[in-house]
This record gives sequence, structure tokens and C-alpha cells, in this order.
Amino acid sequence: MAQPHVQVTGLCVAARGPGGSEALIVRDVSFAIPKGQVLALIGESGSGKTTIALSLLGYARPGCRFAAGTVRIGSTDVLSLDDEELYRLRGGQVSYIAQSAAAAFNPMKTIMDQVVEGTAIHGTLTRSASETRAVELFRALALPDPEGIGSRYPHQVSGGQLQRLMAAMALITEPELVVLDEPTTALDVTTQIEVLRAFRHVVRERGTTAVYVSHDLAVVAQMADRIVVLSEGEVRESGATADILERPRHDYTRSLLAAARPKPRTTDEPREDTPLLEVRDLGAGYGRVGADGLPEIRVLDAIDLTIPRGATLGVIGESGCGKTTLARVVAGLVPAARGEVRFDGEPLPTNLHQRTKEQFRRIQIVFQNADTVLNPAHTIRSILERPLAFYRGVTGEAAGRRVAELLDLVKLPGSLADRRPAELSGGQKQRVNLARALAAEPDLILCDEVTSALDTVVGAAILDLLAELRRSLGVSYLFISHDISTVRAVCDDILVLYAGRKVESGSRSALAAPPYHPYADLLIASVPELRTGWLEGLPPRVTIPIAETHAAQPAGLCPFLDRCPLRVPGLCDRLAPPRQRFPSGKEVLCHREGEDLARHQLNTAITT
Amino acid sequence: MIAERRHWATRAWALMKGLPLAGRIGFALVLFWALAALLGPSLAPHPVGAVVAMDVYGTFTAAHPLGTDYLGRDMLSRILHGARLTIGLALAAAVAASVTGTTIAILSATIGGWIDEGVGRLMDALISIPSKMLALVMVASFGASPTLLILTAAFSYTPGAFRIARSLAINVRTLDYVQAARARGEGTGYIAWVEIFPNMVNPMLADFGLRFVFVVLLLSGMSFLGLGVQPPDADLGSLVRENISGLFEGAPAVVMPALAIASLTVGVNLLIDALSGRSSQVEQ
Repeated sequence: MAQPHVQVTGLCVAARGPGGSEALIVRDVSFAIPKGQVLALIGESGSGKTTIALSLLGYARPGCRFAAGTVRIGSTDVLSLDDEELYRLRGGQVSYIAQSAAAAFNPMKTIMDQVVEGTAIHGTLTRSASETRAVELFRALALPDPEGIGSRYPHQVSGGQLQRLMAAMALITEPELVVLDEPTTALDVTTQIEVLRAFRHVVRERGTTAVYVSHDLAVVAQMADRIVVLSEGEVRESGATADILERPRHDYTRSLLAAARPKPRTTDEPREDTPLLEVRDLGAGYGRVGADGLPEIRVLDAIDLTIPRGATLGVIGESGCGKTTLARVVAGLVPAARGEVRFDGEPLPTNLHQRTKEQFRRIQIVFQNADTVLNPAHTIRSILERPLAFYRGVTGEAAGRRVAELLDLVKLPGSLADRRPAELSGGQKQRVNLARALAAEPDLILCDEVTSALDTVVGAAILDLLAELRRSLGVSYLFISHDISTVRAVCDDILVLYAGRKVESGSRSALAAPPYHPYADLLIASVPELRTGWLEGLPPRVTIPIAETHAAQPAGLCPFLDRCPLRVPGLCDRLAPPRQRFPSGKEVLCHREGEDLARHQLNTAITT
Repeated sequence: MIAERRHWATRAWALMKGLPLAGRIGFALVLFWALAALLGPSLAPHPVGAVVAMDVYGTFTAAHPLGTDYLGRDMLSRILHGARLTIGLALAAAVAASVTGTTIAILSATIGGWIDEGVGRLMDALISIPSKMLALVMVASFGASPTLLILTAAFSYTPGAFRIARSLAINVRTLDYVQAARARGEGTGYIAWVEIFPNMVNPMLADFGLRFVFVVLLLSGMSFLGLGVQPPDADLGSLVRENISGLFEGAPAVVMPALAIASLTVGVNLLIDALSGRSSQVEQ
């Protein structure tokens, strides 16, 4: 084999701890990338993948230093460069695409100014030549209006477009190596797929050598030629993508693969049908309340749902679709503008002040971000004792015993009780968060993206715990997530939200086969599969150009109208869609008949 | 009790060791003045009002290390007594201002809505009153007494403390753990004191130090104008005033109390800067 283009040998990175002692966070990492190939660094948070990626730019984060090893790109020994040479390397020879494009763009400058900055700094091209090249890149990245998009400002384009624009920014200097650090993690799945497609096209077409950092094996399977599996700063396994996916050798790789393919955690055993939570025609939002009694910014509209006792309802949708607001309305944090919520047969006030302590106790909410949901000033013990004292008046020794039981229930050692949240890992904090909800002995737990901020393996353990608690304690869940495979794994019934409207709902089995609502279809088809070649196999997305008739649109039209590939001109943009019930028992908000939908759909039946 | 005290001493020592040089200087100055206020009067070589020397505006001698004042009294003893008065009055006023400001701020931020709005506007109105003018008017109307001075200073600095505390509380209020407490059905008092307050103590302590410095300067200024602490008592500000005619002789009697005020305020500032710098580093 010829000399590889990028070679990392025996890389060690040391970080200074709080006591001033040094510890190696990256230990003896070696890999090589031949020219024009894509290598993926995969691992959980803290595995050192970003630290290694940054070392390719000769950058060590504050408090870190390169302890040993070499990084060679072409003929350049990156770690021996001085500041002046690094300045020329970065953005010229090696470029970097960060996770959050929104944070990487300056809102005060036009996109074109920022995209061509690299060539201006390195003085490689004239302004007009680099603008021509930028437009070519915009076209290659499938951005809309490639000639005009450069004159817009960052806030005028969508998140997915901004991410692709950042790729253009990175590629404009024709670097020898591109480092992509979790470039699609912050995007919705339906957006992610577009961005991945664009990245893949550009990288393949230009023969760029790239390093793709991610925690998501399914995404990596689409992008990379080779995979390096990392944990705790060490290489666990490396090999060709297909080999790693199909014949993993290391236990750690196997656990990653297992967590990426969630197994069903519910049983289809018959259940009681007494409704615990019923929501009818719910509307909610924020802002000033208008003359019609509805708030200015409407987040939820005409939501109906029922959670039978002991069952789990999954709510799925992309960011901004109103799923968190739904949980907050049920929890009483956001007042409902319209409709009614009934809990265990009784009407439930949606205003906090009108609820009884018993109602508070029976409905507990578990927030998404375990890092911010536990008060940093309190110990775990006092966090868990509070609901005991507040709802039940349990204090003193009895409370101490109960805290130990609760910690045991969520599989945490009792010795954690006297620690503070900052001393716990993310997964541990999420367990404490759950234990606090359980301390109230609730009937319903509202889980708002409880695994989203966690690593896959840790998240899978939390899902197992939720399923186990459901069996042993008989609690019901309203389970909110953006991840369809998670929802499928834990929920009995599923509800798909789009722009605050319920577009599809039904049992888990009904949602595993077409016909789907066009949005649900797109959502399901956008989840990357854990095999190579999935992305190439997808049919190109058809979008019908939108007729500019927004001004006189009647109310209640289909919320997915603008993006719908199956829209019927003259019908969908005139009449509100009916709520159809299909023989499988699912409800779909669409004009098209079931068979008609199924014929056009991307997905066939899903085997779970 | 002794174990407890040793515990505090070791903590103070550990704190000091972690500080940069400027912070250590500030720490030493603050410690010095705290001890002076606590023990000074019992260490003072002479009674505060006793005329002990024949020459006025005497210079540094072994008998009178800081010289003598315009009546021939021992300056060291006068400063030790004055420091207790200055620090005591300022501490009382600063505590009153910070406690009142923080309490109103947390409650107002927790309750929110139009109450929060109303209280905020009222405080904005109060903050526009110049503190020295207010103090002069108060003394002119009611006469100078330590209680009145404390009340006036506390009143002047409450809106400032309120503003800082409210902006901190507003930030904490939106955090998830406060939302979680609301969803649990907790009352306003619990959310204010148990959930919000502990997470704003550190910046509020820094703010308290600043308020203390402001009050020291206000009270000293009042005393310098002859409207603060009245004879026979003397705080540091009145010591400067009564010996002002010694300025032309370069007498230590006027320089030393001025230096005392400067070192006290600079010391507190240095310490606060070092502490808040350190806590923001920890957060990063």
C-alpha cells in the first residue's frame, strides 16, 4: 500500500485535572487514512473522539497537551508546527466542520462573506474566483438558489442549510483533509438525511479525505470507508465499515451495536382499557391571549389522546412540533387555551394554582436534561427526600430508608445519596431524576426526551429501567421523543405530531405498516439504517414546487402542506383534511385514501 | 466548638492559598481590619478620649506609633476605636441593604407577573436618588444618629442590591430544576428560598462586599462633612476631618485615618475580585 495520506501514530493527549495532576485522556491512538477515504471516529461522550479530531488541526483544548505521538498530513508533521505554520494549516490544508452551525456563523455578516473568508485569509484566490467556487459548492451541496443564497444572512436560512453552508466554508480552500465533528447530531432526522446526502456527494465527487466524528453508528455506516471505535481514549477496534457492522470483534463494539438497534421492551399482553389520561381538543400556546381566547403563538391545536392505565403513549415529532409543550400542559406548567384534560375520570385544571396536592403527586414530569434538572446546591438525599416530605409527610429515618430503596430501584449505589449532582455522571443524574419522580409514587410519568442527552448505551439502560418499573409498579408513561426507534421500542400507542397537529396516531403494530401519513412516512424513511449503502439506495426526494398562495389560505389546512410530496393541488390547499380511520385502527389526518397513500409510500412494512 | 473553629481556620487557609497575589493582599487587609474592629479597642494603648501628649500633630514616635492628633491624643488608639465604628456601622447598613434587596428580589422574581414589574419600576425610581443628597437631607431633617445613618445608608443601597439579586434570580428561575419544583406543586416560599436562593449566594456575597465598600465611603464622606458620627465618638471619616488642619504640617494624624479607609476599601475590593474571578473559572 502506498504511503497513507493522513497518519496518526501513538498519539497521547494529557489533561490537567482539578488537583493539578495530569491524566492521559487519549492513549496510544494510531490510524491511517489513504487519500480520498473517509474515516469515522466513533465512541461515546468522553471517549476522546473530539480530542483526537482536533489534534489533526494541531489543536489541544485549554488544559490539554500532546504528550506523545505524531500526526502527519501529507508531508506535514502537524504537532511540530509553530503558531505561524499552524495558522496556515488550519482552514487551508485542514478544515473543520463543527456540530452547531448556528454557533459557528456570525449573524452580522452575509453568508458569502463568511464562506469565502478562508480563501481571503490564506490569500489563495481572488474574491470573484472564490465566489464562483462558492456557488459551485452550494450547487454541489444541493442548496436552494445557489446564486442568491450567499447574499442572505445566517438567520434567513434553515438549520440544515446552515450546516451545508458550513461545509462549503470548510471546502472552499480545497483542503487536503476535512474534519467533520458530529455535523448532523443537532438536526432533525428529516433534515439530517438531506445534509448527509449532500456531504456524501461532495466528499465522493471531490475525492476529499475526511474524518467523520460521531456517536451514531447508523450515520457513520453511510459516510465512512473505515471505522475506528474508541472508548476511554483508546482504540477498541478498527476496520472496514462493513466488517465492523457485521463482524464486530470487541465487546464494546457489540454493546454499541446492540444499543443502536433497540429491542422492543413492551409486551402485547392484553391491558385494562380504563383511561388514565384523556385529552380532548387541546389547544395551547404562548404570548398574549387574543379576542378569541387563543394565544398569539399557537403551539398545539386540536390534540386528542388517551392513555389507558398502565400503558405507554409515545409522542414523536421534530423539534418545534409542540411535543414538549404537550407534556408541560399536562404537568400544568403551560395553561391550555382550549379543550379539556381529564385525569382518572376527573377534569384536571391546567393551571398550577387550581391543582390539588394529590393531583400534583399522581402526575410527575421527568425533564430532558438531567444536567440542569437537579439543583446543584442540594445533595441527592435532599433532592429525593423533598417529594417524600412534601406529598406524604415522610421525614427522618423513614425518609432515609425510602431514599435507599429509591436509589436501589433505579440501580444506583446508596453511597451516592450524600453527593451533589455535579459529582454524578449524566446517566446517574438521569436515574436520580427518575427516582425523584418515583418518590411521589405517581400514576403517570411524563418523560420528555429522557434519553436524548445520553449516550446510546446509557440511554438503552434507562429505557430498560423504565420498562421494568412499568411492569413492577404499573405506572403509565407519556413518552416524548424525536427518535422513532426509541418510541417503537417502549410504547404501546404512538402519536405523530407535526407543527402542533396530530397527523397520525395508532397502536405500535398499526404504525409499523403503511399506509402512513406522508409526514410519518418521511420520518420513518429518514431514520438511517445500520447497514452500508442505505443512503445510496434511497429514492431521490420529490418535492412539488409550492404555489405561492399563502395569503388567502383558509384555516385548518394540512400543516404538512408545504413539504408534502403527495399533495393534491386544488384539494389540499383549499380544504381542511379529514381525520380518517383505517382498518388497522390508526387515525391519519389526510385527504388521500389509505390504498392511495400506501401505493406512493417510501416504506414497506417494518419488521420489529 | 474548637474543632469547628479549626475547621473554619483551615478552610480560610485553603481559600487563601488558592488566591492570586492580589487576592492574598486583599485577604490579608480584610483579615487585619476585621481583627482591628473586633479586638482593636481592647488592644488600644490609651483610652479613646485621653489627652496623652504635650505636642499636637506629633510625628511617629515609640510612645505614639501613629503620632498624635490636634489635641495631643494617641492616633493609634483613636484609629482602632474609629475602625470599629466605621466597620460596625457599614456592616450593619450593608447587611440590611443586601438582605432587604435580596429578599424583595427573590420573592418578586418568583411571583413574577405585574408584581415583579411594579416592584422593579419602584426600585428603578429609588435608584435614581443620589445617595449622598438623600443622606444630607435625612441628617438635616432628623439630626445625625448612628441608627439614622445606618437606615439611610441601607435605604440608599437596597435598590442596587435588589437589581443584582433580581437579575440573578431571573436567570435561576428559568432553569429546569425550578420548573421541576413548580411542576411538583411547590409554593413560592419554598421555590424562592430552597431552590433559587442557594444558587445565587456566591455572587450576592461579592455584591455584599461592594455594598460594604460603598457604605464605608458614604459614611466616611458624611463624617468628613461633619454630618456623620458626632463627637465624642469618631469614625475614620471624622478623624480625617478633625485633623484636616494638620495637612499643612504633613501630620500623620490626617494621613493615617485616610490611609485606613483606603486600605480597608481596596482590601475588600481586591478580595472580591479574586473570589469572583475564581468562581467563574470553576464554572467554566
